[in-house]
Amino acid sequence: MATAAIGSAIKRKEDPRFITGTGNYLDDIRLPGTVHAAVLRSPYAHATIRSIDTSAAAAMPGVLGVFTGRDLEGELNPLPCAWAAGGNAGGIQNNLNTPRVLATDDVKWTGEGVAVVVAETREQAVDALEAIDVDYGPLPTVVDAEKATQPGAPQLHENAPNNICFTWRVGDEKATASALKGSHVVVKQRLVNQRLIPNPMDTRGAIGRYDPGTEEYTIWMTSQTPHIMRLLLAAFVMGVPEQKIRVIAPDVGGAFGTKIFLYADMALVLWLSRKLGGRPVKFYETRRENYQATTHGRDHITYLEVGATKDGEVTGLRVKTYANLGGRLSTIGPGIPTTLYGRVLAGCYKIPNVYCEVTGVYTNTTFVDAYRGAGRPEATYVLERAMDLVADELKLDPAEVRRRNFIPADAFPYRPPDGLLRSWNGAEIEVDSGNYEPALDLALKNVGYADIGAARELAERRGKYLGVGLSSYLEVCGVAPSKWIGLVGEGWGAAMWESANIRVHLTGRAVLTIGTSSHGQGHETTMAQVVADALGLSVDDVLVKHSDTQGTPFGYGTYGSRSAAVGSIAALKAAEKIVAKGKRLAAHMLEAAPEDIEFESGKFFVKGSPDRSKTIHEVALAAHVGYDLPEGMEPYLDETAYYDTPNCTFPFGTHVAVVEVDKETGQVDLVRYVAVDDVGKKINPLIVDGQLHGGIAQGVGQALWEGAIYDDTGQLLSGSMMDYALPRASWLPELELDETVTPSPVNPLGIKGVGEAGTIASTPAVVNAVIDALSPLGIRHVDMPLTAQTVWRAMQAAGKEASA
Amino acid sequence: MTEQVAVVVNGIPRTADVEPRRLLVQLLREDFALTGTHVGCDTSQCGACTVLVDGRAVKSCSMLAVQADGSAITTIEGLAPDGGLHPLQQAFWDKHGLQCGYCTPGMIMTAADLLSTNDDPSDAEIRHALEGNFCRCTGYQNIVTAIREAAATMRHPAQVQASAETAR
Repeated sequence: MATAAIGSAIKRKEDPRFITGTGNYLDDIRLPGTVHAAVLRSPYAHATIRSIDTSAAAAMPGVLGVFTGRDLEGELNPLPCAWAAGGNAGGIQNNLNTPRVLATDDVKWTGEGVAVVVAETREQAVDALEAIDVDYGPLPTVVDAEKATQPGAPQLHENAPNNICFTWRVGDEKATASALKGSHVVVKQRLVNQRLIPNPMDTRGAIGRYDPGTEEYTIWMTSQTPHIMRLLLAAFVMGVPEQKIRVIAPDVGGAFGTKIFLYADMALVLWLSRKLGGRPVKFYETRRENYQATTHGRDHITYLEVGATKDGEVTGLRVKTYANLGGRLSTIGPGIPTTLYGRVLAGCYKIPNVYCEVTGVYTNTTFVDAYRGAGRPEATYVLERAMDLVADELKLDPAEVRRRNFIPADAFPYRPPDGLLRSWNGAEIEVDSGNYEPALDLALKNVGYADIGAARELAERRGKYLGVGLSSYLEVCGVAPSKWIGLVGEGWGAAMWESANIRVHLTGRAVLTIGTSSHGQGHETTMAQVVADALGLSVDDVLVKHSDTQGTPFGYGTYGSRSAAVGSIAALKAAEKIVAKGKRLAAHMLEAAPEDIEFESGKFFVKGSPDRSKTIHEVALAAHVGYDLPEGMEPYLDETAYYDTPNCTFPFGTHVAVVEVDKETGQVDLVRYVAVDDVGKKINPLIVDGQLHGGIAQGVGQALWEGAIYDDTGQLLSGSMMDYALPRASWLPELELDETVTPSPVNPLGIKGVGEAGTIASTPAVVNAVIDALSPLGIRHVDMPLTAQTVWRAMQAAGKEASA
Repeated sequence: MTEQVAVVVNGIPRTADVEPRRLLVQLLREDFALTGTHVGCDTSQCGACTVLVDGRAVKSCSMLAVQADGSAITTIEGLAPDGGLHPLQQAFWDKHGLQCGYCTPGMIMTAADLLSTNDDPSDAEIRHALEGNFCRCTGYQNIVTAIREAAATMRHPAQVQASAETAR
């Protein structure tokens, strides 16, 4: 290959439209005759709906219709939940209490939709909402997952006693108990992994258009998963054939998990459009609605017990977690705190005994589902806090404790001894490759770990406590082999393969269509890089199209850091099929045997006679015009590949945060952030770095500032961007990135993926740094977010304790 | 009840009859179909809607259309009037200063205001200037790098020409 596209920091092909304001996001779409839908949302977190009077609203100017849940009965089914935690393992409760398109009998959280207005303008629709009269019967509320399971707590669902949706267990309970019993030390800690609001800058929305002539539906939606949305809408909610619905995700302004799922408004706009004889119906959330009615993330309360030898070797980890699922289940809500959490609790360590029990709990809060990292940040937080607690207890260097527990470099592929990665049907995946110590060493070197004592003294003189925090993480990308995670395995109600189609036009330019969906990740560039190399074309000559169910092969979409590790391999396989057909055609054109044809840098040539050659352009032209093809060959270079990865991929690394805590105010400043990440080989280093930057910022946000706050009555107090503290530019330092490279043996490109690594790693690094800073006060743990007020209170409490 | 507003948008005189409650961002997006200016929140926090009004960065969700009457407005679509790229646009592209792109127009307009008053800002000054603009994708790092790069380019206009030609 003359110049490999893979591995090059190529500028993104999608950027020209975004930097010139010519992108096409959902709210930018203007279809003739569009009318606007607005949803009335419950102001109560828990209430019965006694009656709804829509008559005044229906008479308002411009209003075309007002509908309630009763109007939809028999027309639209409740939204499905596609992940019954625990799969077919049996013995696991899983009450599939999912939202209706509009609530009928009761509401379970503030923001649940109870009525919809459709009007000529958005303003008219919103005005009319205020004229709808709902008679609610308020009920007692509970918002805390642990409290919700206690006797006497308000009950949300009759079929879920004590608000428990499921109790899910993994690991060896007995062996872990006995390991903890025999340990030199056992450290216990309660940890709260607070609820987060994901906050893509582009909120969610949908435009539905029904064609009365063909009885077909088209929906534009802000989605990470257009194909799955079509399937769920068709088969579960609307009861229409899948081929009658076309789903298009236009440019999507970020998602971070929230746009994987099916939402009520998607079904509403299609139903309303049909009701109105085919006028396009648009719904687009306000930010407040996004906070109330789009999924939240995290929200775990965890009791951890970690045992260790006197040398700091971890002997066992026992974890009991209450996972808040919200008032009803989102599309894959139960999958996040189970498979994607409990199964990765050992992380990058050779912990011999792990036992995890997760109680999934209903509360009067917005439903909880995947948010960047989805289970893995929660697990990594538990584990990396545990490592520091062990180090603190034994007065050992936290770096040394990590080093002593790493899975050794010669142990890969690695299977955790307690079957953590073995699915309920017996299918087992393994940690593909790793070499953890060099990444740790490089991170320590880059941060100047050996000289940190001097920095502490300097900070001390300025009235600051300086702290250093480590996080050695294991990410899971390429979710996931179908046999492992599909319904017979873990309970995700479908497969997880990916797809790609390549057509080489007669000009030699190629169009790649993919089943994954880009909403900021840069697929239009990276996927083109993969195919350009495979076909010997320039990156500019490979056009990547995605996110339209008409014209792309079925795919499971973009989440779980799977587009590179699964999706790009499908693209590579499709390219290999093009080359295979091209070889047969070139052999015909060159009057040689197909087995004698080689392909390199866009040229087919006869082995040993490189001058006897045809370019891919010549072959594409011959395939297209098609008048002289080998016997039985179909015209055109057009190939589709489906790829199901045999195993996940496991990026890793060590992040180090350095913080200063003001002794007077408790204000935390993140002064340095050093990251060493090993994501295997990279398709585009520019994009990899960008993913890390953004991921780290989100994880830092959780550690220091972000948190969704409900009061006891279920009102979302952090209900706007004025109240929910998103990271700002001046709050973050320049991030210092570095790398090691351990290729994955799972796929031919050696890539692992990177989408969630930064988020997974950064939260515990920062928290560990703050706790390290506060350790002179005897503080061992403080729950996030570590705002000045929280830290100040912890310092005051510690001071009182010390002086008492 | 409507009122007529007359503004010059990206150098072109425009008028519209608007309700008094109509926001400047709605005037731009809905009346003038300039959808490059985005709405990301409802509390004036995110800055995705930032445009230049008489040369200064303004959150167009926080200004009524009638308040803009008589002013000259520049949106992302009009930042580079010759149809090429403004140095800020070029630098955001070169330095991977965007991912999903939703906050990008607002970021670029805010940066344009900054560079109009400070042609060589420090990183701290750049980060401070971005206080009113949220980005959830980039962690701001490459945005800061891009603005620094654009400032350097704009201080040496000869190179602007060269880089614009390379981009064509």
